[in-house]
Amino acid sequence: MDKNSIELQIKVPNKTEYLSLIGKIGEDIANELNRYAGNHEILAYHINLALTEAMANAIKYASNDKNDNHVDISITTNDYELTIKVTDYGQGFDINAIPTPDVNILDEHGRGIFLIKAVMDNVSYSKENNGNVLKMCKKLTA
Amino acid sequence: MNLVKENRGNVVIIKIQEERVDAHNSDGLKLEIQKAFENGDKNLLVNLESVHFIDSSGLGALVSGFKNATSHNGVLKLSSMQSQVKSMFELTRLHRVFEIFDSEADAIASFK
Repeated sequence: MDKNSIELQIKVPNKTEYLSLIGKIGEDIANELNRYAGNHEILAYHINLALTEAMANAIKYASNDKNDNHVDISITTNDYELTIKVTDYGQGFDINAIPTPDVNILDEHGRGIFLIKAVMDNVSYSKENNGNVLKMCKKLTA
Repeated sequence: MNLVKENRGNVVIIKIQEERVDAHNSDGLKLEIQKAFENGDKNLLVNLESVHFIDSSGLGALVSGFKNATSHNGVLKLSSMQSQVKSMFELTRLHRVFEIFDSEADAIASFK
């Protein structure tokens, strides 16, 4: 492990009351990344947003199984990038089937994944073991 | 959702008293706006000065409010956004949908 690396594994109940806690952890990590040359305030907001949206999404698609009532979150950083993985144990969804929000239609929903893609550099969603993993990477170097 | 409601002439001001508007509390905001229009209020201003973080569900609650305004022949305006919050409206192009004012006073003056 690099001397500047961080690896954080978090398990939280799939309830919206934990969104703020998870978002703030992301903000704090972003503020610690001295090697990031860009605006830290913006980075902190973006990491907070990605975590909040991803976790809210995981809650939305959660299973009803009482044994799977949590969300797994991992946040890792190295010299080059910050990676967030949010794993849910629900039925999942097709990330490519989500349309870009149309401002003329004014839908109340459907901006979460769009925002994640807008603020992160690389976003993927795949099945891993028993869960669905939303993986989001942010480059820390130019 | 913690908020304060205030009447100023023919304008009802909803001041959000939360640092975050996310999927945990956005329904409260949506309901409060809905209630105001159902009660017959026509001019609604949401003051976002205290809000430092908004996510897609917070934006969705305001979009719902905008649609509610239209269906009740009312108007919903927004004011006093922090720059990061405003950037979320720009990213989703919702700044073209809402009338957004720098200050509460400017917004109130615009209703007259």
